[in-house]
This record gives sequence, structure tokens and C-alpha cells, in this order.
Amino acid sequence: MKFTVDWLKDHLDTKKNDNELIEKLTDVGLEVESFDNLSSDLESFKVAKIINAEKHPNADRLRICDVDIGEKNTVKVVCGAPNAKKNLLTVYAGPGSIIPKNNMKLTVSKIRGVTSYGMLCSESELNLSQESDGITELKSSHYSDKIGKNFFKNNTEKVVDLSITPNRPDCLGVRGVARDLAAAGAGKLKKISLKDIKKNGSQKIKVSITKDKNQGCTVFGSCLIEGVSNQESPQWLKEKIVSLGQKPISAIVDITNYVMLDLNRPLHAYDADKIDKQIIVRNSKKGETFKALDNKEYKLDDDMCVISDNSGVLGLGGIIGGTRSGTEIDTKNILLESAYFLPSSIRKTSKLLNIDTDAKFRFERGIDPQSIEIGLTKAAQLISEICGGKISKFDIQKTAKHEKNKIKFNISLFEKITGFKVKDKEIIEILTDLGFEISRKKFELDLKIPTWRPDITQPIDIVEEIVRIKGYSNIETLEPEKTRIKDTLNKQQKLFHFLQRSVASKGYFETVTWSFTDSKINTLFRENLKEIKIVNPISSDLDVLRNSIFSNLSFYLKKNLDRGFKDISLFEIGPIFKDSKPGQQLTVIGAIKSGKISRLNWKEKERLVDIFDAKKDVIQTLVEAGYNKQSFFIRDKSPSYYHPGKAGSVYLDKDDIEPVAYFGEIHPNIIKKLDIKTEGLVGFEIYLDYLKDNKVKLKDQKSNFEYSDYQKSERDFAFLVDKNYKAQDLIEIISSVDKNLIRSIKIFDVYEGENIPNDKKSIALNVTIQSSQKTLEESDLEKINKLIISTVESKSGAKIRS
Amino acid sequence: MSDIKKIKDEYLNKLDTDLNIEGVNQIKTELFGKNGQISNFFKTLGSLQTDERKKFASELNSIKDELQEKINFKLHEIEIKEINSKLENEKIDVTLPEREINQGKIHPVSQVIDEISSIFSEIGFTVEEGPDIENEHYNFTALNTPDNHPARDMHDTFYLDNNKELLLRTHTSPVQVRTMLNGKPPFKIIAPGRTYRSDSDQTHSPMFHQVEGLHIDKNINMGHLKGCLNYFIKSFFEVDKIKMRFRPSHFPFTEPSAEVDIGYELKDGKIVIGDGDKWLEILGCGMVHPNVLKNVKVNPEEYQGYAFGIGIDRLGMLKYGINDLRAFFETDYRWLNHFGFDPLDVPSNYRGLSR
Repeated sequence: MKFTVDWLKDHLDTKKNDNELIEKLTDVGLEVESFDNLSSDLESFKVAKIINAEKHPNADRLRICDVDIGEKNTVKVVCGAPNAKKNLLTVYAGPGSIIPKNNMKLTVSKIRGVTSYGMLCSESELNLSQESDGITELKSSHYSDKIGKNFFKNNTEKVVDLSITPNRPDCLGVRGVARDLAAAGAGKLKKISLKDIKKNGSQKIKVSITKDKNQGCTVFGSCLIEGVSNQESPQWLKEKIVSLGQKPISAIVDITNYVMLDLNRPLHAYDADKIDKQIIVRNSKKGETFKALDNKEYKLDDDMCVISDNSGVLGLGGIIGGTRSGTEIDTKNILLESAYFLPSSIRKTSKLLNIDTDAKFRFERGIDPQSIEIGLTKAAQLISEICGGKISKFDIQKTAKHEKNKIKFNISLFEKITGFKVKDKEIIEILTDLGFEISRKKFELDLKIPTWRPDITQPIDIVEEIVRIKGYSNIETLEPEKTRIKDTLNKQQKLFHFLQRSVASKGYFETVTWSFTDSKINTLFRENLKEIKIVNPISSDLDVLRNSIFSNLSFYLKKNLDRGFKDISLFEIGPIFKDSKPGQQLTVIGAIKSGKISRLNWKEKERLVDIFDAKKDVIQTLVEAGYNKQSFFIRDKSPSYYHPGKAGSVYLDKDDIEPVAYFGEIHPNIIKKLDIKTEGLVGFEIYLDYLKDNKVKLKDQKSNFEYSDYQKSERDFAFLVDKNYKAQDLIEIISSVDKNLIRSIKIFDVYEGENIPNDKKSIALNVTIQSSQKTLEESDLEKINKLIISTVESKSGAKIRS
Repeated sequence: MSDIKKIKDEYLNKLDTDLNIEGVNQIKTELFGKNGQISNFFKTLGSLQTDERKKFASELNSIKDELQEKINFKLHEIEIKEINSKLENEKIDVTLPEREINQGKIHPVSQVIDEISSIFSEIGFTVEEGPDIENEHYNFTALNTPDNHPARDMHDTFYLDNNKELLLRTHTSPVQVRTMLNGKPPFKIIAPGRTYRSDSDQTHSPMFHQVEGLHIDKNINMGHLKGCLNYFIKSFFEVDKIKMRFRPSHFPFTEPSAEVDIGYELKDGKIVIGDGDKWLEILGCGMVHPNVLKNVKVNPEEYQGYAFGIGIDRLGMLKYGINDLRAFFETDYRWLNHFGFDPLDVPSNYRGLSR
């Protein structure tokens, strides 16, 4: 919403200066986006006179003009306009000027070998009219003494640009803004002064509103103005239109626009001679078409509110008119429409047809239904003043009464909500200034809501009106109480934050990536989850919700590899999606690690990352989160995006159904498909939703402290087992031999190859044996030794080596 | 008598010269060996008179002790010297790099969420969450934004079905609805999380983060709202004083509504929060609309309160001098390293928010 301060003063009697007004606007909730000269460059456009014009030596159609711009010397301008002749008064734009039409910045340039300093402008280039055939011709009677002066008069006038929230349609007109300012003490709202207009005869074109179901129009006012001569708008009107950055078109169009901008009262002017007999406001039928003023052909659906005549659709009511009945410069008789359309109907139709117009924007938010006549009066008066013509009586068709809504307001609600008090008298003053009609009953106000405020429907809205006009600065700042009744985080949230920092502490950089991803990458990690498409993605490569965190991680891994990084550790904790309903999501940690460990290290031998790096990080993270490593169980099953032989899953307990984590090398085919150039790539995932609540609090987790000072003994064993036999099982068998005596088991060697049969491997373990009752004697140790060997051999089919 | 004194002085002098272990042992033999000079004197003791023997023996013993002590001292000194010279050869270049440790980092968004939670924790807020996928009802209708409301256009929504029933939440406000439907007042919650709008340019990202705040109780008014936000902003930016401005605005789910600006100034191209004559909009808030309360079965005659929504990413940008919002989500290893936080830097009330 734009307007100039001068325009505002058409409605507001004020002594405040510009800055005070701007501040007041902000205070009452009309956000000032900018307060600037419309275009500060307009100063560089000067009235100029062509002193001499001669043909360009290298181009038939170009002329070299000597131009007087009011300075000591004339300037040379190369010009292609056929009307660039000696003694013509025109508009000159110097180098550095920005041409309003195309925002081009002028430079000194050579045109076919001749240097041109600036440009002579056509009306079209100055956004003054559509005229582009030649340069602007200024009347010498008016401009001959103005050579060198600025062409645009109002270039010092500043334009206020407000960002109007959807609840305030009234402030889409200058008068509405003035009313708020007046209520807030920034001046006095002027009365609208309308001269009486002579109305002759009735409006001869019959208008009817059909009683269709969901009829979108409830009031249709019109008047006929016969015998007009449409023309260019007078300067004052042009300037008003230009000051808002719009283009003047013709007096009639400019006047309807002016009334709309001034009062937020959209109007439409028809060429009355193009209307076939009568106006029928009705619902459209599927398949009807019409050509709108935006030069597009629209195909209508059922039940859109259209203005039609006997031949068909003339326009979409409150949205856009049609070309068939549009006014032109030679229009003689016009029918002026001032109507009320229901916001819901406007919104529905414009959404379906995807049309966005100024009128639609206003009707959708709610136009004052009681502004029908004032709009007609103001526009008709201006038209007859400027274009002449005979004005008919107004014809107002109505299917609904739009009376002022009533509301009861208990004054005490104000203090209850805002925490501070305003005197009753002041409350009544504010509401009166805003246009409310008030009758007071003790502590209650009976209010009639002004019809331009469709947003006000209940007492809380009245509170807002009073507090915003009074000023939010009056609200006290009450120090918050520092009491806490409940834990800030629940268990799952604590776990989230803990795991996040636990993984980061292992050398991973946390990243946050979008919850959507490229379906082509997603599908590599999707497994059996449903693909969830976004109907309106921001781009075609961000078209699905992610089913795994790995899709984005691998995408960005590749980007970082391309930046020259090799050893990368990244993780993200966030949602993945199982399906498209609320709640069908899981919280997952995804982490990847690429390249080498100890690359180019003077001290350590470098090696590729491998599955046991991933396993170390995932297990340690779970241990740090408080889960008991002793009961973890590892299986060699993993999703298909992992290496089929070098990946596994972690279960908190052997009997659990869902694994809580996966780890392993990423499948080489995927690395190849994504063209990830790295020597090694491993990763892990932790599913927070499957992590069981650790019910025991830390304070109860510690068992009694028991320890043994008796001598420890260590024994080494090497067993020959089947190649597929799992170390985890071997350890379980040994530890179950005597849970009291066997304190720890370490695998210190795994060997395949020479001296070992092809289908076997050798696992060497170190077992620590210690009693908490006594120092074990050689015979005790020998006994347990034998028991270990026999148990392992019988349970696993292993053989002890030598 | 004078002989032994002479011997003593002679050998004490000898022992003061620069000797090696062999030299000292040589002296030891010369004095205390089988035919050592001191040994020989001891052999003569038997031939002396009792009185004289006593005296001589005492003198001899004292000289012997003195020499012996000197010899031991000398031996110890040589030993230390030899160790030192050996260590001298073992010297290595300590400026060589240590073994590698990979430093991990926490993303600024996570850090800021932890900071926010920590601040609100102190004034009694608990953390709630809601799903990223929402239905139209929770995201709009229940929040007093019916289908035909133009305010819906202010949110460029990502939809998951053609009926526009399922969508990615455009704000964290649906968590208000879910929380109130699932519980009984009073409510005092914050809800940080991901939010989505189909908007993408220099200053907009299709995904960003918000934190929702909601406090519903009897008699919670706009003064409490102002106090809460004033406390939060001061704590978050770790300043003693802030300039804060409430401006009337409009959100369908609050009435009255406000936007909040904070004062700032530019110093050396960096934004300094607290003072200054420029205003920066940082959040939207207001008193929860009675229609919203009715929609979640809370009696607006009995209960009232405020809600607010703050852009988390933007707060982080302001506090930590990050210029580009889009960089948050681009996983540039250099950026993560630069703006990321040490995982041990856990924001907390007692330790302070940041170092």
C-alpha cells in the first residue's frame, strides 16, 4: 500500500512532520516498509530544447541533436525519433539516469561512431503513456521558460509504503490510514466533501442479481454516464497515479483507480454501448469462457460469480473485467459499477483460475459494503468534471442487507488482557475516532462496528483496537517468575541432546540438511519405505521427503570431496519419514566417515577407514548414553545400502526384535552410482525411537562396589573354528563357563591362511581369571582351563590349537 | 699426626679436580685399599699407648669419614653428570605434531536451541515437540486461519497431497494445538523445531527453525509477555540492557498481536545488540486468540495467556555474526568447522550460556 504524504493530507488535518507521522504509523500497527522518493533518479530528467538536429553521417534514421539543457554548453545526443526536430521542447535524461520503463541506466556511448551524451525520452519510456513512436513533445506555451528545470515536479515528494496485514482492508485506502492516525492523535480526519452532482434520468441498463446458490455478489450499484469524451488525465491526476509508481492510462481508468486507492472502493467502468441489453450477475456454468483485460482467455467452472449480459460473460465480479466491454479512449457512454462481493467467493474463484489482481486482493480481504454510493458519487463527479457527460440516477440492486454488526464490550476486559488501565473516557474517544457508534451502560459498551472493519467480531478485537491506538509502550514489563514445576526435557529429549553431543565428541561435524531430498538419491536408501512426494517442490531435485539421512549426507559428502577434503566425518540427527501422515516419522542419527585414519601422519601408520571405526563409534555412543554393553547383541543383517559382508546391526538385547543401530561400509555400488570419489566410506545409524527408555535413574544405577584383591591369572587360548563362526558366540560360551571366575575376555588375534584349513579360522583369546574369595591355586586354574576348552569344543565344534 | 693431615689435604685437593669414576676409584684404593695410606695408619694403632691411641684413632676416624664422604659425593656427582649427558643425547624435537585427535562440532542451530531451552528452563517452561508433517487442521484451521482466510497466503506451504490436506508445517504453532488438546491448563511450553515454506532466495530457505512459546494460565496478560521476552532476549544476547519495541501486528491465532523489534547498532560492520538507533524485527507474538482456546477445549473465560514464535536461525545469525542463512543447510565442511561449537560447550544456567 503506497501513498504520498500530500495525498494523506487530503484526508488528515495535521501539523505533524513526516517523521512524526511515520513513527505514528508504526505505533498503530501499520508497518512502514519504506519511506523514500519514488525514484530518486527522477531529478535527472530535464526539460530540454533541441537547438539543432542533423542527419547522422553513418545512419539514415539517426539524428545528431544539439540540446539545450539549461547549462552553458549544449550537449550532443544521438536520437532515432522521427520527430526530433529543431526547436522541439522535450525531456532529456543525462548519463547515469535510470529509465523508468525498463530500469536501464544510461551511459555515455558511441552510436555508429558518434558519441551520445544521454537520451531524449519518449512518453512510454517515462511511463507517462503508451506513446513510443517519438520523443515527448512539450507544449512551448507551458515549458519554454522551464528549460533545464526538472521535468518531474513532485520528485521531492516522498512515498510511504505500508505493509498492510490481511485483517486491515480499510487501510488499503488512504482514508483508512488517515483515520487510524487521527484516532492516535496525529491530527483530525477531514470530512469527505462531495459536491452535489446532477443526476438526470434513470439508469437505463437493467441490472439483476440472480438467486443462485452461493451467489458471490450481494450488492450491485451502477450509474450510466452518457456522452463522455475520454481523454488523458489532467496533470494532478496523472501525478497522483505516477507518484505511486503506476501508469496513467486514460481519465476514466485513472479515476476509478484513484477512487480505489483513495477510499479502498474498487469500481469498474464498462463501455455501455458494448453491453448486450442488460447486466446479469450470476453463477457461471462450466465451460463458459471469456477474455479478460490481462489478455488471457479463461475457461470457467461452475458457480463462479460473473457479470454477464445477454451475449455471455463480461467479467469476473470483483476480480477482473473482460476485453469485450472495456473502456477505450473513444468510449462515449460508460456504465460505472460499484459492488460488493463476498471474500470467500472471490478467494475460491481466483485460486481456481490462478488470477491475482488489485481488485481481487481488496475484495478478498473485505470491502466496505456501505461504500457503494460514495464510490459512485466520487467517481461520477470526477468523470463529469474531466470528461463531461450526463450522469444517471444510481441503480442499487441488493440481495442482502449489510448493517453494522453489534458487540457488547465489558470495559474490564481491557485491563485483564493488557495489564494496564485506560480511562473509560479515553476508551470511548478512541473507539469513536475509529468509527464505532457507542452507547454506554455502566461497565459495558454497546458498540456498532463500522462496516469497513470486517476483522472486528468479538470483544478481544476491541481490546486490540484500544491498546494499539493507545500504544504498546504502555504495557508494563513484568519480571518472569523463576520457578520450575516440571522437568524441562523429557527422557527422549534428554537422550536426543546427549547422543547429539556424544557423536560430535567422536570427531564428527554435525550438519543440518533439509528434510527433503532428491528422489533419485533417496531411492538408493529407501529400502521398503514409501516414497513421499511433495506436490509443489521447490525444485525437481528436492521432490521427496527423505526416507533416510544418508541421501543428503552422501550428497553433501560428495560436495565436500569436490572441495578437496578427503577425510570427512559428518552426522545429522533429525527426522526421516515412513509415510505422509503426521507422526509417521522417526528420529535418527546418520553418520558417515570417509577416507583414511592418520593420513600423512609422521608418527602413526595411515590406513583406510573401516567397519570397526563405525562400530567403535556407534557402540561407544550407546554405552555413553547409559546402555549396558554386556547385553548388546550384534547381527550381520543390515539394510541393502550397506556392504553385504561388511555391515551389521546392534540390538540392545539378544531378544529384541528391532535393532537400535546399523553400522558398516557403504555399498560399493552406491558409491559408484553417486560418483563419490573416496578411498573408503563407512557409516552408522542410530534409531532413537527404538532405544528403550533407560528406566533406572543415574542415582539408582550404581550397584554395590565389590572388588577382589586376590591374585589375577591370565590364560591364552587359540581355537580353530569354522570360517563363518562368530567371535561374539565364542565369547559368550567362554564367559558362561564360570561367570564368577572369568573376569574378562579379549580377542588378540584372528588368523586365516597358512597352516589353517581353508574353511577354518583361528581365534586367539586372552582370558582373565580371578576369584573374589581366595588366591586360585594351579589346580584350580587347570580345572577352569580344561572346562573352557571342553565347553567351547562341545558347544561350538571348535578345536583347541596345540 | 701432621702426616695424616697432609695426606687428608692432599687427597681433598685431588678430589676437587675433574675426575672420572676410575680416577675416584684409584684414589679410594690409594687411601682405603689393602695397602692404602689410611688403612696403613689403622694398622699402626695397635702399637700405640692407650691414651695416644684413643686420640689418634679418633682423629684418624674423623679424617677417614671426611675423605669417605668426599669420595661418595664425588661419585654421585659424576653419576648425575653422566645421566645428564646421556639424556642430552636423547633430546627430541618437541615441536613435532601431537597424535591426531579429530575435533567434532555441534551445528549452530543445535547450539542455539540448547541455549534457548536453557534460558526458558529457568523460568519454568518445558520443551514440547510436534511432527514435521501436519494436517491442514492443526497447521491452519485450529489456529483460527480458516481455508478462505488470506493469511494462508502469507505462508507458502509445501503440500503432500493434491487435496492440500497434508503438508509440511509452516510454523511451530501447531505444537500449541497438540499440547493443549493433550493436556489441561496451565500450559507453559516452548517448542523448537523445523519449519518449512516454499520460499527460496538469499534470505529465505525452504526449511528453517522456529521456537514456539506458549503460556496459558489464569490472569496471564501482556505485561507477562513483555517481561518474558525481555528476559529471554537479554539472556540470549548476554547483555545487561536491551532496547525492545512492541509494534501492533496481525496473526490470526493471537489477538492482540505484536511484532517485536530490538535496538542495535553497527560497529565495524557487525551488528551489536542492546543499544543503538536502528530496529531489527526478531519475533511475532500476542495473546492467544479466544477462538484458538475454544478449538482446543480450553475455556477462554477462565484461561488466557500469550504465545510467541521466534526464528532460531536468525537469532543464531545475529548472535554469532553469520551472514548467510542458506549456508546453515549447505554442509560446507569449512563453514561447519568455523561456526560449529565444541560438543563439550553445553549451554547451561549455572555455567553460563557460552564461553
